[in-house]
Amino acid sequence: MSSTVPSAVKRPRRPKGRIGGHGWVAPVLLILPTVIVIGVFVYGLIGSNIHTSLQDRHNIGPSQGFAGLDNYRDLFTDDDFIYSLRNLLLYTATFLVGTLCLGFLWAWLLERKARGESLFRAIYLFPMAVSFVASGVVWRWLLNNAEGNRASGLNRLFGSLHLDFLQNPWWTDERWGILAIAVPAIWQLSGYVMALFLAGFRGIPEELREAARIDGASEWQLYRHVIFPQLSPVALSAIIIIGHMSLKVFDLIMAIAGQTNYTTQVPATQMWIEFTRGDYAKSAAIGTILLLIVAILIVPYLVSTYRQERRR
Amino acid sequence: MNATRKALAAGLAALSLLAVSACGSDSESGSTDEVEVFTWWAEGSEKAGLDALVKVFDEQNPDLKFVNGAVAGGAGSDAKNVLQSRLQNGEPPATFQAHAGAELTDYINAGQIEDLTDLYEEKGWNEQFPEGLLERLKQDGGIYSVPSNIHRANVLWSNPAVLKKAGIEANKSYDSLGAWIADLEKIKAKGIIPLSIATDWTQVHLLETVLLADLGAEAYNGLWDGSTDWAGSEVKAALGDYSKLIALTNTDRQGLDWPDATQLVIDGEAAFNIMGDWAEAAFQEQGKKLNTDYTAVPVPGTEGVFDFLADSFTMPVDGPNPEGTEAWLDTIASDEGQVAFNKAKGSIPASTTADTASFGEYQQTAIKSWSEDEIVSSLAHGAATSVNWLTDITAAVAKFGSNKDVAGLQEGLAEAAEDNKPE
Repeated sequence: MSSTVPSAVKRPRRPKGRIGGHGWVAPVLLILPTVIVIGVFVYGLIGSNIHTSLQDRHNIGPSQGFAGLDNYRDLFTDDDFIYSLRNLLLYTATFLVGTLCLGFLWAWLLERKARGESLFRAIYLFPMAVSFVASGVVWRWLLNNAEGNRASGLNRLFGSLHLDFLQNPWWTDERWGILAIAVPAIWQLSGYVMALFLAGFRGIPEELREAARIDGASEWQLYRHVIFPQLSPVALSAIIIIGHMSLKVFDLIMAIAGQTNYTTQVPATQMWIEFTRGDYAKSAAIGTILLLIVAILIVPYLVSTYRQERRR
Repeated sequence: MNATRKALAAGLAALSLLAVSACGSDSESGSTDEVEVFTWWAEGSEKAGLDALVKVFDEQNPDLKFVNGAVAGGAGSDAKNVLQSRLQNGEPPATFQAHAGAELTDYINAGQIEDLTDLYEEKGWNEQFPEGLLERLKQDGGIYSVPSNIHRANVLWSNPAVLKKAGIEANKSYDSLGAWIADLEKIKAKGIIPLSIATDWTQVHLLETVLLADLGAEAYNGLWDGSTDWAGSEVKAALGDYSKLIALTNTDRQGLDWPDATQLVIDGEAAFNIMGDWAEAAFQEQGKKLNTDYTAVPVPGTEGVFDFLADSFTMPVDGPNPEGTEAWLDTIASDEGQVAFNKAKGSIPASTTADTASFGEYQQTAIKSWSEDEIVSSLAHGAATSVNWLTDITAAVAKFGSNKDVAGLQEGLAEAAEDNKPE
């Protein structure tokens, strides 16, 4: 990058006219592989999945014909599927609220120039480096539901702290069991949300705060009218990222509770069970429903970012 | 900057070339002297059994080459998924492992495995396997696999020391579940876990032995061919017993697998455990002695009945090497193969002509029952029902495990039978 030689001299002169007339060729060639690969492996397979979900294909043999929306109708009249949708909703709500609150709290504490900031930042971020399956194996033990003298994991901890009333069946409870699965998920992703918020805090110029203070804003008013509005895009990104991860939850449940456990059924685990038994149509229908649920979350976000970018 | 990009692009190109060439060499394998055997026997005693089998195979067929196609993980479910995609793409292995019995239904209906009836005739296998087993293996009049080993599912394991502590006579024989449940209540009153159990499939295993005990062998068999009514009062009574038994088990069952449940008995934390006779290996590994440190008897009410499950090998349609497949099946059925495999795995030979003098003490009792008892098919291990039916039953049992709704369980089981029972 030395400035002694004019860069124009070094650059070979492009023959004008020949390529210039077909300016689109090079870019198209460049994106073509991506378009083909994504077209086949993402959109092609989504199409094929939807096609399978409309077939009468409930065993490993070939399809017995077109079934229309029967598979979807069956799913939505199946109590167990409704239960697993309800589980997914509870899990997502808990996971979102938990990571956002904890992540924001930690970011706020660190942002106030707490001592040992980099150490805490690292500690909070570390869990994210562990895969869900690996942490699931540990949490399976921590969330063991044995109570009394056979208790282990967290229940044992409660027992030895004389907090026996806190001992509970964790993920084996029929109504709230799924919330226990959200605990390790929150533990793992809160640090990530913290990093997002921390970046958001750092992106707010000091001048804005000073200006607000000069205008006589109290600390709360400063947050309410200056900081929070600046953080809302960060919060939205966090919701989208955590939300779609949450809807896809599978590995954590498989590692902690196993695939057949009833209290932790979600659509993804049901999809796996149906696929394994060879009920391809039902499994594809569950997959399509999951895709739609994720799309409901993601598409408005994509549309709004697209509009914002166009406006710029 | 530019140089790094070029290097990166070159690296990527080289990688993709490698991947392509790897695929190429993969599809070229499968020359006619190779026999690919697809199993989920990748570790522990199962791996030891497979190795012993391969040794016999190599001796019997010096000109054939064994290729291990084992896929580990998920107690066989990962292997089954891989296998299914291979079968659907027309790339079957020379032979694959499957539970003997009704679990083969889907493969048969999809036309993926050959009927071996003629081979049984030709090789004289009909004479060496017990008639009761052949009867259970037959589907639509044909036999589709060769059994390599037999396990017994209806075994009750107990710890005499714990029973003594609870004031109950060890090695007591019970005529019915009712008498046994009464003793379990006494054990519970002493603060000991009466019956240890683990996650969902072990609960299905318990349910199957309870059904067998309460209904008897004939009505139990009727559950699978539609002659016994799942919604009837007999099943209702059996489910009542099942519910009582579940209430007498350890509460942390969902977090355990079968070795943990058996370990509770070994460690003296629980009095009884119902598990298949692969649990024998767990007792042996820890140097426990049969009838001193532990006992193994038929589940109360199932005396004289052998609730069997078996692994077996098939001949896929359009396999790459039919002669090789036949050679492997020959090894499986041969006395040497049966003895070598089962000694290493801890199960018993399916063939009654195999020389079993060198087998362990427990196995001797199982071998005796195998040749004398009435044989019925295990539900939890694929002998009695199709995969679909078992999946539905497991779901109903898992649901019961969390909501304890007996009526709901019977409804779920009746519905599963309605959806899946053979026409």
